[in-house]
Amino acid sequence: MIEYKEISKSYGENVGVEDISVKIEDGEFVFLVGPSGAGKSTFVKLLLKLIDADSGSIMFNGYDVTELSPRQVPGHRRSMGIVFQDFSLLPKKTVFENVAFAMEIIQKPRRTIQRQVPAILELVGIGAEADKYPTEISIGEQQRVAIARAIVNNPSVLIADEPTGNLDPDTGWEIMHLLEQINRRGTTVLMVTHSREIVNAMTKRVIAIRDGKLVRDEEGGNYRPEEDDDDIVPATTKSEGVLPL
Amino acid sequence: MTRGMGLAIKQAFSQINRNKVMSLASLFSITAIMLILGVFFIVIVNITNMTENVKQDFDQIQVYLKDSVDPDDKTVMIREIEAISHVEDANYLSKEDAMEQWKEKWGDNADLLDRLEANPLPNSIIFKVDKLDYATGIVKQIEKFEGVEKVNYSQSTVDKLLDITNFIQVGALIVIIFLVIISIMVVSNTIKLTVLAREKEITIMRYVGATNWFIRGPFLLEGVIIGIISAAVSSGLVALLYHYIVSRFGLSLVLIMSSGFVSQQFMNINLLIIFLSLGISIGAAGSIVSMRRFLAK
Repeated sequence: MIEYKEISKSYGENVGVEDISVKIEDGEFVFLVGPSGAGKSTFVKLLLKLIDADSGSIMFNGYDVTELSPRQVPGHRRSMGIVFQDFSLLPKKTVFENVAFAMEIIQKPRRTIQRQVPAILELVGIGAEADKYPTEISIGEQQRVAIARAIVNNPSVLIADEPTGNLDPDTGWEIMHLLEQINRRGTTVLMVTHSREIVNAMTKRVIAIRDGKLVRDEEGGNYRPEEDDDDIVPATTKSEGVLPL
Repeated sequence: MTRGMGLAIKQAFSQINRNKVMSLASLFSITAIMLILGVFFIVIVNITNMTENVKQDFDQIQVYLKDSVDPDDKTVMIREIEAISHVEDANYLSKEDAMEQWKEKWGDNADLLDRLEANPLPNSIIFKVDKLDYATGIVKQIEKFEGVEKVNYSQSTVDKLLDITNFIQVGALIVIIFLVIISIMVVSNTIKLTVLAREKEITIMRYVGATNWFIRGPFLLEGVIIGIISAAVSSGLVALLYHYIVSRFGLSLVLIMSSGFVSQQFMNINLLIIFLSLGISIGAAGSIVSMRRFLAK
């Protein structure tokens, strides 16, 4: 369970998030929406303790994240998996090595790595690509590698930061089905997105942030372009065949 | 843990290999800085050594006796002087023996002394003190003795020498500290480049929950390896240089200062120990400085 209690964080003059209280139960699938700069990434970074809150607390699996000592932070992060918009794969490592990397750096035994990585690659549907390099596979497959890396250590929460942001609609949907499948195995999924199509079609819980404040929290919610889109967005970036889904 | 260590060492070497130019550049800079340090070290050690030798020569006190003193009274005087605490082996030096010593020192020019009509040197008693600190007091005491012409003691010469040595040592220390800071900056800049090149990896490591020491390990090792190689190269070079200096100038130094160079073996061992510990510390400090910002959170 994740529970934000009256969390505030500002960067000098700029507000990151302001007085946010929200509760996410285990196994939920939650969309986090809002315009750029609304505080979505502050919201996520606070949970990972990449930044410290000014006030408030975040309860996670029975402890307060804001109270963690630097020594406890790595352990805390191991209970979460992160998928980045740009995949953040290491180009000089193969698909297998990229996923194994997440296990190596928390010093899992080699035997466990040899057993678990192929199983996870199979699960995300790229079992055949294990020995290829990221540049040799499609962009959708790259995102699958990133997801495999995020879940290989069995996190209780999967955080996906615009995982479909760089994908064409069809590939984006494939990734969404994969995330849903992971969610059905019991993993809480928190997905930051700008995609109206995905949010509206999935009918999951939607948490909307604007100017650092929680403005909407509804089950089976919708994406409201007039509230959740960026205020000024050049039309060109919205087409280009990349999003909008 | 052992596997983590192996991984870190492997990674450190591949980082150095990938970042060859900068690694070499910092290796050269640290080596150069250590060479300068080595020269300072040679100078300091030898000056200290010489000062010790010279001090020993000068801690003799010579009591000039008036010509009116009956040579038979000298034994009484020697006994009186030896009775003073901290005085060691007082000996009588007759004016004839003193002249012989002079002639010896003057060597080829000794015949000049032969032209003197009478021996101008006084009879004297020479003694040592076990601690230089007491010398001044003892000198004052003896000056009051009957039949003492003058007490000759080179306190001021020794003091001056010590002043100069101290000045050189403090000066060298300041230069050394300055050089060490520069080399830490050089290493930290080199490692900052590898850190930047691997920023993505470090981000992933942090997000996945690697501990700071796990992330820092390879970079720390990279710095330490650069430090160790620089230490080995520079102590070798300084040892060669010292060997050359000793074989070239060793004999002249003995003749001029009546004191030789500090032994090559002593120099080699100490250079290696100092350079290794310095190299390792510079490398480690450099990498910690360069990573501080990246691991702040």
